Amino acid sequence: MTSPFVAAAVASLLAVGIAAPSFAETPPNMLVIANRIDDIKTFDPAESFEFAGADVSRNVYEKLVNFDPLDLDAGFQPQLAESWEISEDGMTITFTMAEGHTFASGNPVTAKDAEFSLRRAVQLNKTPSFILTQFGFTPENVEETIVAPDDSTLVLTLDKPYALSFVLNCLTATIGGIVDMETVMANETDGDMGNAWLRTNTAGSGPYKVVDWKPSESVLMDLNPNYAGETPAMERVIVQHIQESATQRLQLERGDIDVARNLSPEDVAGLEGVDGVKVIDELRGRLMYWAANQKNEMLSDPKVLEALKLATDYEGMSGSFLKGQYTVHQAFLPRTFLGALEETPFSYDMDAAQAALSESGFAECGPIKISVRDAQERLDIAQSLQNTWGQLGCDIELIVGTGAQTLDRYRAREHDIYLGAWGPDYPDPNTNAGTFAFNPDNSDEAGATGLLAWRNAWGIPEMSEKTLAAVVENDTEARAEMYRELQREHQQTSPFGVMFQQIEQNGMRSNVENFVAGGATTAVSYWVITK
Amino acid sequence: MADQNVNQTGGRLLPPVPIWVRKSLATLATVAATILGLLFVTFMIGRVMPIDPVLAVIGERATQAQYDQTFRELGLDQPLLVQFWIYVTDVLQGDFGKSIRTGQEVTTDIARVFPATLELATLGTLIGVILGVPLGVIAAVRRGSWIDQLARFVGLIGYSMPIFWLGLVGLLVFYGILGWVAGPGRLGIFYQGIVEPITGLILVDSALRGEWEVFRNAFSHIILPASLLGYYSLAYISRMTRSFMLEQLGSEYVTTARVKGLSEWQVVWGHAFRNIRIQLVTVIALAYANLLEGSVLTEIIFAWPGLGQYITTSLLANDMNSVLGGTIVIGTIFVGINIFSDLLYRFFDPRSK
Repeated sequence: MTSPFVAAAVASLLAVGIAAPSFAETPPNMLVIANRIDDIKTFDPAESFEFAGADVSRNVYEKLVNFDPLDLDAGFQPQLAESWEISEDGMTITFTMAEGHTFASGNPVTAKDAEFSLRRAVQLNKTPSFILTQFGFTPENVEETIVAPDDSTLVLTLDKPYALSFVLNCLTATIGGIVDMETVMANETDGDMGNAWLRTNTAGSGPYKVVDWKPSESVLMDLNPNYAGETPAMERVIVQHIQESATQRLQLERGDIDVARNLSPEDVAGLEGVDGVKVIDELRGRLMYWAANQKNEMLSDPKVLEALKLATDYEGMSGSFLKGQYTVHQAFLPRTFLGALEETPFSYDMDAAQAALSESGFAECGPIKISVRDAQERLDIAQSLQNTWGQLGCDIELIVGTGAQTLDRYRAREHDIYLGAWGPDYPDPNTNAGTFAFNPDNSDEAGATGLLAWRNAWGIPEMSEKTLAAVVENDTEARAEMYRELQREHQQTSPFGVMFQQIEQNGMRSNVENFVAGGATTAVSYWVITK
Repeated sequence: MADQNVNQTGGRLLPPVPIWVRKSLATLATVAATILGLLFVTFMIGRVMPIDPVLAVIGERATQAQYDQTFRELGLDQPLLVQFWIYVTDVLQGDFGKSIRTGQEVTTDIARVFPATLELATLGTLIGVILGVPLGVIAAVRRGSWIDQLARFVGLIGYSMPIFWLGLVGLLVFYGILGWVAGPGRLGIFYQGIVEPITGLILVDSALRGEWEVFRNAFSHIILPASLLGYYSLAYISRMTRSFMLEQLGSEYVTTARVKGLSEWQVVWGHAFRNIRIQLVTVIALAYANLLEGSVLTEIIFAWPGLGQYITTSLLANDMNSVLGGTIVIGTIFVGINIFSDLLYRFFDPRSK
C-alpha cells in the first residue's frame, strides 16, 4: 500500500535534484550585489535620505561637483560644473557648466536643469532640504537666489559669506543631484514638480539609469547610453535585497553574487581562506557614542563625565564583539573628514576613573539609566558600559526599546544616558559640528530636536560661536585647524562619549576590482568597478 | 398546527426566506463583524503604540516645522475615532493608503507580495498533505511499528526545531554544498522579466505562457522553502491524522467490517479514512492559513518577497498603513478559509445540511 507512494515521493525529490540548474559565475559585464535595501523610499534626490537610496542616487545623478571614487581624499571635483568663481563679498558663487553632458532621455544638461533641480529641492521642503536651506535659500526667494541667466551659467546667492568648501561639499550630497527638467515636468501631477514620479523613476545624466525597482526585493540598473564619461565595464547592476548575512555568504561562496554588503563578523571570519573570495575593509562615517542629559544634576558634573569616559573599555569592545566592525575613535568628526581629530585621550583606566569620581560631588555615583535600542551591537556595548561603570559604583539600568521609542525619549530630553549612532548628512565637517557642538538656545521652547547638543540640554553659546566661525573660514587649512581645536575642547568638556567609528566589511569575489563603498563621505560607485 | 405564514389577522406575510439565504446572510454578517473588529483592534494598537509615526516618515533630522506639517498631513491632529472612521471609509473604497516605507499604494504592494506567499504556502501545504496524510494513516494502521516510530520522530523534529535553523541548514546542504536547488529569491536574475504576469504566481504564469525554462528555474527556487514549510505542515497533519485514525480503527464498525471479510484497504480507506475527512479538512485548512500568515522567518532566510516579511518589516518601520492593509488581507483569508472548510464540511457530512 505504501510503496508506490513512497517511490513517487522519492522520485519527485530526485527529479528536483536532477532538474536543478547548473550554476555559473555572473557574466563579466554584470555586477550582482546582495544588500539590505528595504530602506529605499524614493529615488527623488530632493527627498531621498537613506543609505540604499544614496547608493542608487550616486550612480544615477551627476552633480555640479562630485567626488572621484578612486581618489576620495582629493575632495570635490568638477563634474557638471567645469569651474566656479566666488564674488569678493563671498556671497555669490557663479558656476560655468561643462559641455557634453546628456540625460538618459537624450536631453542635454544645462544650467536651467541645475536651477530647476536646486530650486525644487528647496521648494519641496523634504527632510534633506536643510542641506540647502542653511545657506539662506527659501521657497520664497529661490527665484532670486538660484538663477541660471543662460544655459551655461548658474549663479547662487547666499545669505551671508560661507566657506566655499562648505557650500561645494554640500552640493556633493544626494540633494545636489541634477534632474532632467523636461522629463520631470512632463510627469508632474498636482503641482508636485514630479516628486511622485521620481519616487519610482529616475531622470539623471549619471552612468546608470534605474530600469526596475521592486521595493524590498531588487533594483536593476542599466547603462545610461548618453553618459558623458568613460563607458563603465559593468553594463548592468543588480542589487538584491537579502536580509540574512548567512544567506549572503552562501551566495557569495557559490558565485551567484559578486558582492555581499552585510556580512556579520562570524561570516567574515568564515570566509577566511575560501577560494575566490576576498573581504575589503572600508572606514565609513558612522559614529557610535553615548551622551549624558545635562538636566540630570549628577551627569552634568564634569568630573562624573570624565570618570565615565575613563571607565569605558574602548579597546576591549573593539577587540571582541565589535572586532572588524568598529575602530576606536573619540572625536565627533569621522576620520577622513576635513579637520578630523585622530587623538584618543581616553583609555580604560579604572583607577583614574575612580579618582575623577571621588573629586566630583557624587563620589558614590548613583542610579543611571542607559537608553538603548534593541540592536545586538548596541546591546553589547550597553552591557559593557553597565559592567565597567558598575565597577565605579554606579547603579546602571538598561532601558531597551525599539529605535523609535528610544529616539522619542532622546528628542524629548527624557533620558539619562542615550547610547546611539550618528552618521554624517553631507560630506562637510559642519554636518557633525553643527549638531554635536552647536546649541545657541538651550531652552525647552527652542525645540531644536535636530541638534544633539540640545537633545542633551547642553547649552554652549561660546562653542556655538566657534562652530559658526568655522563655516565661514575660506582658508581650508585654517578651517581644518579650527575643527581640530573644537574637537579637542569637545572631547574634554562635552557630555558626549564618542567611542567608535564604523568599518564596513564587504565580501566580494576575488575578481572584483575598484569596489569603493564611499568611505566616510559618500556612497558606492559602480561605474569604476571591473572584474 | 397553525400556518406559520399567516398572521393572526388572516393576512399573508412575505414569502418564507429560504434557509440557505438566511444562512448566507448570517455568515456575511459574521464576516463583516469579524473584519470590522479586526480593523478596529489593529488600528487602535497602531495608534496607541509608544512610537511616533511622523518620525517614521520624515526621519529624525527633520525640523519641527516639517514634523508639524507631516503630523497634519497624516491626519494625526484628528480625534482617534475620527481617524478610524476616515480609515474605514477609505478601506471600503479599496483605498488602504500609501506605504511610507515603499512610497507606493498599499494595495499595489500587497498585489506584488501576496502571490509570492500564496504560491509558497500552497505548495508547502500540498507537500504537507501528500506526505503527511498517508504517513499518519500508515502510522495508525501499523501502530508501534518502525513507520509509526518514524512518523512520531518526524513530528517531534517538526515541532521542536526552529524553522530558521532548519532553513539555514537546508540552504547550506542543498544549495551551498550539493547545488541541487537554486538559492534565495523567487527567480534567477537571468529569468526575471521574461514572463508577463497573469496571476502573479510564477509557476502558473510560466506554465501558461509555455516558458518552461523559467518554470524550471522558479521550481528550483521554490522547492526548498516549500519543502521546509511542507515539513512543518507534515508534522502537524500526520500527527493529527494518526490520532483521528486510531480513534476510528478502535470503533466497533471497523471490527464489524473486518469480520465481514472486507480487505484491509477497504477497511482503512473505504471506511475509517472516510470518517476522518471532516476533521482533516479543518486541520488542513488551519495549516494552510498558518502558512499564509506565519512564514515570516522562512521568507527572510530565503529572501522570499512575501506578505509575512512585508508586514513584519512594515511593523518595525512603523508603517501602519501597510500593517493594517496586510492584516486585513490575512484576516479575510482566515475568514475565507473558514467558510470554505465549513462548506466542505457540509459537503462531506450530510447531517450538517
